[in-house]
This record gives sequence, structure tokens and C-alpha cells, in this order.
Amino acid sequence: MRRIFAGALILTLVACGPAQDPAASAQSAAGGSTDNVLRIGNGAEPQTLDPHRAEGVPESNILRDLFEGLVGEAPDGSLVPGAAQSWTVSDDGLTYTFSLRPGARWSNGEAVTASDFEYGLRRSVDPATLSRYSSILFPILNAEAVINGELPTTALGVRALDENTLQIQLNAPTAYLLGLLTHSTTYPVHRASVAAGGERFARPGSLVGNGAYQLSEWTVQSHVRLDRNPYYWDVANTQIDTVYYYAIENPDAELKRYRADELDITGALPYQQLDWVRANLGDELVISPYLGSYYFGFNLTQPPFKDAKALRTALSMAIDREILTQRVAGAGEIAAYGWVPPVAGYTAQQPEWASWTQAERNARAQALYAEAGYSAENPLRVEVLYNTNENHKRMSVAIASMWKQVLGVETSLLNQEWKVFLETRNQKSATQVFRAGWIADYNDAYSFAQLMHSKNEQNDSGYVNAEYDALLDKAAVEQDPAVRAGYLEAAERVLLTDLPIMPVYFYVSKHLVKPRVQGFVPNIMDHHATRQLSLNGG
Amino acid sequence: MLRFAVQRLLGAIPTLLVLIALAFFLIRLAPGGPFDSEKQLPPEIETKLRAAYNLDDPLPVQLGRYLLNIVQGDFGPSFQYRDFTVSELIATGFPVSLRLGSLAMAIALLLGITAGTLAALRQNRPADYTIMGAAMTGISIPNFVLAPLLVLVFAVWLGWLPAGGLGDGSLRYLVLPVIALALPQVAYIARLTRGSMIEVLRSPFIRTARAQGLATHTIILRHALKPALLPVISYLGPALAAIITGSVVVEQIFGVPGLGRFFVQGALNRDYTLVMGVVVFYGSLIIALNFLVDLLYGWLDPRLRQS
Repeated sequence: MRRIFAGALILTLVACGPAQDPAASAQSAAGGSTDNVLRIGNGAEPQTLDPHRAEGVPESNILRDLFEGLVGEAPDGSLVPGAAQSWTVSDDGLTYTFSLRPGARWSNGEAVTASDFEYGLRRSVDPATLSRYSSILFPILNAEAVINGELPTTALGVRALDENTLQIQLNAPTAYLLGLLTHSTTYPVHRASVAAGGERFARPGSLVGNGAYQLSEWTVQSHVRLDRNPYYWDVANTQIDTVYYYAIENPDAELKRYRADELDITGALPYQQLDWVRANLGDELVISPYLGSYYFGFNLTQPPFKDAKALRTALSMAIDREILTQRVAGAGEIAAYGWVPPVAGYTAQQPEWASWTQAERNARAQALYAEAGYSAENPLRVEVLYNTNENHKRMSVAIASMWKQVLGVETSLLNQEWKVFLETRNQKSATQVFRAGWIADYNDAYSFAQLMHSKNEQNDSGYVNAEYDALLDKAAVEQDPAVRAGYLEAAERVLLTDLPIMPVYFYVSKHLVKPRVQGFVPNIMDHHATRQLSLNGG
Repeated sequence: MLRFAVQRLLGAIPTLLVLIALAFFLIRLAPGGPFDSEKQLPPEIETKLRAAYNLDDPLPVQLGRYLLNIVQGDFGPSFQYRDFTVSELIATGFPVSLRLGSLAMAIALLLGITAGTLAALRQNRPADYTIMGAAMTGISIPNFVLAPLLVLVFAVWLGWLPAGGLGDGSLRYLVLPVIALALPQVAYIARLTRGSMIEVLRSPFIRTARAQGLATHTIILRHALKPALLPVISYLGPALAAIITGSVVVEQIFGVPGLGRFFVQGALNRDYTLVMGVVVFYGSLIIALNFLVDLLYGWLDPRLRQS
């Protein structure tokens, strides 16, 4: 089944290849000499461009241009061969064998070999690298023990069989492994330049990558400049010469720079100006579903939410998600009654009351609220914590007023600066209701499901349900995609009965894209590689 | 004179030490730490990170090590920008801030003194009211309001100037940030100059100069300006401080990669070493400038040396 899948992808790619070639070269001949420079607003300043130590969205956007993992992504987000041209999976689903693209080169012209990938993955899990994201590699054989310093890096289940063949062994069949291999923690690094540059090798002059672009300039808090890598295997189809990633945290400032024609693509949009943008730049506005879930969590380790399923259900039923998404969020977010956003190979789960009218929900919520022992004389008094931000504030105020109206809940709102908020939320002692959001690391329902596992560090609700954990553990080792999805769906049904969290909406990605940018395809991961874009004229 | 200089220099050291210790403890007092992020770290990794940055030692030991390192010019690695050391970041950020600040200061002095003098010469006439009205407005509009307005008008609507960033480093990228930084100072200096100029113009030696039939511009430039500028000169210190603090806001709004922007982002990210680095650097700079001013005063006024 999976081998067929990989084969089909290659066929698609081969079929696309020759058709694209002449068109592409004609276009670059026509527009090549003019302003062939793409300028992207990229949110916060990247913390590092070392692929094994990077963790945030701004970093991974740039790294996708600088490096190429074994598996790549098509413009629509589907998985395609990357640095590996094909792969096979053993019958027990535990061993993946990758065949690398022959003739692939580093940005300094040297050949990319299987041992570069072996070195890269070993470096990624090496405790000395101080990677903050390496735990994502736990599915690989012995990764956890290596990260914890119990085994040497050579014990990792990754072997270069020969110059062009790499083998990865897993602890258990992991259905999302291919998606995981698009992540920057799995990128290869150039051994000699890491040895020469030490822990600060990821800088212009010493960073050598295998991606379509190379790092030419980096001014901290200003911009990163990349230029086309002449040695990239698909350089003939790479059209943009230069790309600038600008560090702009403030969406208002970003919008002004876009309007002043200093940016071609924005990374975000100011919510307060959405109506203006729709009216004036509607044609350039690209909004599409994004694999993220916005929710409020209940602290289950303390009263009033400890052992209070009826109360949690009442609160979750009493908010009108249609109003919250249309009037408060307002960018086209999708009302969420379940935890996992729509994702391929997974049937979205919803509680039964999702199909009721809001009036019916409110009536049931009132009954549950009374059942939990609260009344007009004895209302629930609760504190909602969110990180300081205008949008979260509006959302929290709207929810508090709905609770007040439907149930008579007395809500107090508390906002904290980001780092303070993270610490408070993580301690689980001072929170009652807290805001949260989760963006998938890879395109799979498991990326959401695992967050609510009792052993997960980000389980800020303190949710513990043995049945939920057992279903997840089964899904983690299941090979058959349909059976696996069944386990995950059953787990979500358990979650939606317990409601340790109150889902609010599924995210959308929001960008402004100048008409001259061609090939910008919205996708659920919001990943856009520069080599898949082109520019019209100047 | 030498004893005076040494005395002042020795006096500066405890000031700097107090400043470093205060900043060191205050940033660590802030809740949340450099390693808090949306994705929780596995405990093993967090332990290793804390050890790598020496965060497990008792605070006095950490402070002691920090002092030893900065004496050798080593501000340590940045917690947030892991590919750079704090010294490297200061070395790239300071020239930008210096350029921005010195241009703003030059414009503030030039425009402020000119406007103030003109207003004084037309005292209580329409020109005076216009200039002082504009100055009042300039003082009352904070730069975080002024800056986005400037961008909207000159970058978005008129398209004359860039909306932000430093681009290739050419002057056109600095025009709006410099204006946003300088305008409140222009206004303040104009008011100071006008006040003292009016006083000087009423004094007997100016009347004498007029009686001798000297041309007005000669009287103003040769005789009145110098004494009228004394209050402006004593305002230079506060003006410098205002420009440094103003740059924190203005650099952030315009996305100019200077020390002010590093400072704000460093504080938000709990980048202990970067915040400390900027504080120590600016602190030493201001202390050094004050030391020079003290020397200057001591040289000008011998009485100060004895006290």
C-alpha cells in the first residue's frame, strides 16, 4: 500500500517535469534580468538558522529554502520526494530505506550523501546540540535514549548503507514518519562547515545547505537574504533569484510596508483592519484553512473543574461559536466543536450537541449548570487567563459575556505577558480557565491527539484518562491507516465527552500576496517554498 | 586636575556596579524564563540548557562570573539569537543607533535653535504664535503616535519614503525615524531658545549694540546667540537621554535594527545576556559622557575642582 503511494508520487512528478521545463525557462528568460526579487514579511526574528536547534515558524520558513529533507512538499502541501527520490517500507513497517537523488549537491558544490543525513540526524538527537525540538524524533529507534544521554549517538536507528542509500529504523510503525521527515530537525548538515563553524556555523559564509537557496546576508532584527543555489538539483525550475525575509513582528507595521510596496507577501494581518483590507485589497487577500486549533483549557487538577464534567460541558455548550468566529475572530475561522481540525485520512469528530441549535444547547447547558450545583444565588466565579493580545482579549470578553448571559457565571479576566503566561499555565496551580492554541508539527491527527496524553508535557489541563491514553498508544503502533484512524477517532470521542478543553475555532492562514507573485497555493500547513513561486515581470 | 579626574573616575565605578547588579537581579526577578515556549522542553533538555548557560549556580556566583567576563569584554552568548554573541549584536546594533541618534540630535539643535530665535525676534506676533503652537503640538504628541502617522502619509499615501526597515542602509530609510525621534526635541529646544533669547535681547549690552547701529543679524549671531544658548547646552544631557529612550520606541516601530530594538525584544524574550549587555553598554556610555562633562566643567570652573 505505502510502496504504491510512493511510486504514484514519483510518477506524478515525472509526469509534471517535462511539461514544466520549457515554460519555466521561457519565463525566466523573459523576466530574469529585471527585478526578480521576492520580499516576504516573516514575523519574529529567527532565533537560529541551525536546522536542528530551530523551533519556530519564522525559522522553518527560511530553512525550507536553505535545506531539503528526505521528503518534500508540493505547493498544495502533499508529500513528494525531496532529497530522496524514492523509498521502500519493510512489511513490518519498522524499516524505511531511502534512495537519495543521485547528483544532488551542497551549496558549495560537494555531493550530498547518505552519510550527511546520518550525521544530521545523529547531531539532531545529540544532547550536546541542545536541540529543543529533538523529542519530535522519538519514533526513531533509540532516539529517546540518545536524547537522554543513555546511549551514544551512533546507537540511533539511522544507517547510511552506501553513498546513496539511507535506512531508518523505528521503535514502532509510525504512520506519520514521512510527514515528520519534512521537519527541519531531520535536515542534513554539511559536516565540514559544522566542524569549522562550531555551534554558530549557521551564518552567512559558513552555512552550507542542500536547498534551492543559500544564505547571503543576515542582519539581526532586520532581514535575511537568500540567493539561488547554483548547485541545487532542480535549479532549472527555480525562478526567483533572491528572496528577502524581513523580521516584522507587528502586523500593522507589516501592512504599511506591504501597502508601500516594500513586501510581496505578508506573514500575518492585523485583525482590526480586516474590513479595510477586504474592501481595498480584497483581490490580494488569501485566507485558507490552517492546521491549528484555538481553544480554552480547564485546569482539571483543582476545583472548580476537578471532577466536574457537567460544569465543563455546560460552559462549552453555552458559547455561540458562530458568533465568536464570525463577529469576534472574523477572518473566516471555522467554528470548532471538536479538537482535531479537518485533516486528510481522519474523520472529524464532534459531540452530539454540535448539531443542535444554540437555543437547545443553552437550555441543556443551564440544566447541567444546575446539576453541578450552581444557581443565580450561587453562581460560578471563575478566572480566565490569556496572554496579552487584543484578539485574545476580545475573544475572552465575548465568551465571558455569553457565560454571563446564558448561565449567570461571574467571570474575571486576567491577562499576562507571554513568558509570564507560559509559566503560569505550565505550573497548573494558579489557572482555572486558560487560552491556548496548537499548530500541528506535521500533517497528521496524531500531532493534536498526543497533546492530551497524560504523559505529554504540554497537557496544561492535567487531563488523565486511561482509556484515552490506551487508544493513543494503540494508534502509535498500528500499521493499517484505517484502523489507526479509528483508534484516534475513538480517542477524540472520549476527549469530547470529558471536555478537558473547550474548542473554539480552527485557524485559518491569512496572507496578502501581490498580484505579481505566481504559484502561491494555500495549503493546510501554510508552507510555501520560494522555489515553487515565480514573479511576473518587474 | 589629575586628582580631580581620578576622583571622578573612581566615583563612576560604584555607580556602574550598582547599575549592573540592579539590572542583573531585576531581569531575573521577572516571571517567566528564557526557555519558556509554547512547546514545553523535555526536562532532560531543560536541565542541560540551564547547565550550558550556568543558570544553576547561586545568583551571586552568576553575577561574579558575569562581572569577570565583561571586564574581559565578553558579554556572553545571546539566549534568543543563538547564532550570535551579545558583543556581536551590540557591534551591529550600536552603529545604527548612533547614526540615528546623532542625526536626530543635529536636526533637533539646528531646527530648534533657528525656530526659537525666529520666534523670539517676532515675539507676540503671528510668526511667534505659529512656531510656539507647532512646538507645543510637537511636545504633546508622543513618538509612538507620530511615527505611524508619518509612515501613513509619507510612505503609504505619498510613496516618497520607505515605510520601515533599514534597506541598503541609505539615508532615505533614516528620514522618517530621525524625524520621529527629533521632533519632540526640536520643540523643546525651540521653547528653551526662545525664552532665553528674549531675556538676552532685553539686556543692556544688546541695547548698546543696537545704539552703535550694528545690523540685526550681527547682533543676533555675534552677541546674543552665545549667551542665549547656555540653557540649551545644559539641556544636552537630558536630550541625549531622551533620544536614547526614544530610540527604543522609534526603532521598534520602524523596524530599525538598532540597540533599542534589541533591548525591547531581549526583554520580551527574557534574553538575560542581551538585556544586560545593552544596559551595561548604554550605562557605561552615559557614565563616560558625564565624566567628560565633569572634566569640562572642572576645566572651565576651577572652583569645582577644590570641592
